[in-house]
Amino acid sequence: MAGSGKAHLRPAGEVLIQVEDLVVEFRAARKRTVKAVSGISLDVKAGETLGLVGESGCGKSTVARSLIQLPPPKSGSVVVNGVELTDLSEQELRPHRTQLQMIFQDPISSLNPRRRVADIVAEPLRVWGPHDEQEQIEIVDRMLHAVGLDPEVARDKRPHEFSGGQCQRISIARSLVLGPKVLICDEPVSALDVSVQAQILNLLRDLKVEYGLTLVFIAHDLAVVKNVSDRVAVMYLGKLCEVAEPDKLFSNAAHPYTALLLESIPEPDPAVAIDVSLDQAGEIPSSIDPPSGCRFRTRCPQASERCTNEEPQMREVSAHHYVACHHPLVAVAG
Amino acid sequence: MGGSEILRVEDLHTSFFLPIGELQAVRGVSFSLKRGRSLGIVGESGSGKTVLARSIMRLNTGSNVETSGSAFFDGRDLLALPLREMRRLWGAEIAMIFQDPMTSLNPMVKIGRQVTEHLRQHENVNRREARRTALDLLNEVRIPEAESRIDRFPHELSGGMRQRVSIASALACEPSLLFADEPTTALDVTVQHQILNLLSREQRQRQMTMVMVTHDLGVIAGRTDDTLVMYAGKVVEQASTTEIFDNTQHPYTEALMRSIPRTAQPSHTPLAAITGRPPVATHLPTGCAFSPRCPYVQPRCHEEDPPLVSIGTSEHKAACWYPVGSDANREAFERNLSDRLPQTLAVAEALGADQSSETPADLPDGGLA
Repeated sequence: MAGSGKAHLRPAGEVLIQVEDLVVEFRAARKRTVKAVSGISLDVKAGETLGLVGESGCGKSTVARSLIQLPPPKSGSVVVNGVELTDLSEQELRPHRTQLQMIFQDPISSLNPRRRVADIVAEPLRVWGPHDEQEQIEIVDRMLHAVGLDPEVARDKRPHEFSGGQCQRISIARSLVLGPKVLICDEPVSALDVSVQAQILNLLRDLKVEYGLTLVFIAHDLAVVKNVSDRVAVMYLGKLCEVAEPDKLFSNAAHPYTALLLESIPEPDPAVAIDVSLDQAGEIPSSIDPPSGCRFRTRCPQASERCTNEEPQMREVSAHHYVACHHPLVAVAG
Repeated sequence: MGGSEILRVEDLHTSFFLPIGELQAVRGVSFSLKRGRSLGIVGESGSGKTVLARSIMRLNTGSNVETSGSAFFDGRDLLALPLREMRRLWGAEIAMIFQDPMTSLNPMVKIGRQVTEHLRQHENVNRREARRTALDLLNEVRIPEAESRIDRFPHELSGGMRQRVSIASALACEPSLLFADEPTTALDVTVQHQILNLLSREQRQRQMTMVMVTHDLGVIAGRTDDTLVMYAGKVVEQASTTEIFDNTQHPYTEALMRSIPRTAQPSHTPLAAITGRPPVATHLPTGCAFSPRCPYVQPRCHEEDPPLVSIGTSEHKAACWYPVGSDANREAFERNLSDRLPQTLAVAEALGADQSSETPADLPDGGLA
């Protein structure tokens, strides 16, 4: 699954975001490099929600951040709405960032504790929006209302007066105030309580329809990703394993890593049998020195010699279902 | 079943006295646990589940904490025990593992030594014996290449490995009761599965009694014998784990189950979110603490706090005037619906949009092909 390849990409004319051969590396101590993302290609259609799943260290957040060129990738191309972002200078990039907004995992630390909610939400407008202050206030109020907060109550408060779920609503309001095309959600509900998580997921779903948003949704919780996504990409150690529609992916996983992930979900249903054989330690290797060939081979029950020597390429196993594996768990169509 | 009682908690209260007022973290919790059983305590942040476990363990120190009630362990009231006696039990008879293995392990001590710290404390073993035991324990918790890892420091291990080390350390003296406080919350899903399997296996093999504290219903489903559901410092429902899932009685438990996305549901299934948010423990509502968010709420709920009583079978208890499934509950729902109560309308809407969410068990299993 160290999969490379682009079989899963759709024609450039049909998609809003197209990422090709993305490589992101970070410097580590003693002149080593962390290969966070090693040649990933992805695309997202307008109005679609792409779910990115994988365990810590698989590079899912790095992929999302490289969409806004923070930091700029080492190589590869990121085309959003027909514009190649990697060619742009910092100055040329700025107006494009208004189209790509992001919300983060910890809503409390992503809001400035010393500022009032109205100022936090209005900040993007002060840079890019209408200069008329009255107009700004109206937009902020409308946005607060749209995320389910009462502007009268919320406007003059500071973040500490709100719960985690409400802070996440405030950061959603801030991210939408410039009318972006794309909202990148990096683990937006992981820090929230179960009972609040559903509120935020439902809110994102409603806002997506209302504002015609395209979502890139990162989460480690597979049930959450299945619920929100139109298409899911499974990542492992800087590579893509499998891309499919969620219903297909969950009922018919083709990659052994996807199968392992699904098997590991703690299902809130006592009737679901638990595979108790899985208590051997198997963990994600270091991305400083990833395995050769398929990066999952060290943990893969299907691994063969071919997996050591040859990196699997993305290929279609059935309609709109792609996998990068030499020994997929489903028969390859055609 | 049929084992003797190992732990009996009676009317346990824990309060923290803060500048803004009294924070009632645990408000009168009683339960009993038989030897060799496993119990899951489920609740959201602030529900008091961790404070409850720490109160029984006597770990809530500080001049602003007040604990009352009793917790009988093998007939002795832990809460009344002098600290010297308590120290004899910690690690030897009762052990605990915590959420974050990085902070619960000493960063300056090699893991082999940490694993047998309790053993050297409580039992008369020499260094060589301790090292051999440490190696056995590390092998038992399936740490690969234990011989080389025994001399490593915690920071040289991954999160999952560290949690294995803290489990090994907790098991060293073969305690009869183990508390696990969110043991897998900090871990990735595949590692979480491994650690939960490890804990279940050790619990069964050693006939150890285990209390698992978690916010995740998925962690206890199919893994613990019994479940307590906590909300705002109280137990709102108590039953065998299968009963909790199959025959939910408390509106909060029901709402929690409905609000979690499940892999068995098709994608884009609308979730029946719980409206509002959990109460602040310094300013609890009168009556039932869940009443402001409950779709079945009636005037009585705002006035009187319902006691935890048996409903149907004597093993199944819930603290609700209008338990789910009763006629009174159905009438309350209809009444609130015609009164257009927001939380009731929200539930009706979510259920209308997705009839199947009412019976998730009947869905074709789309998850684990």
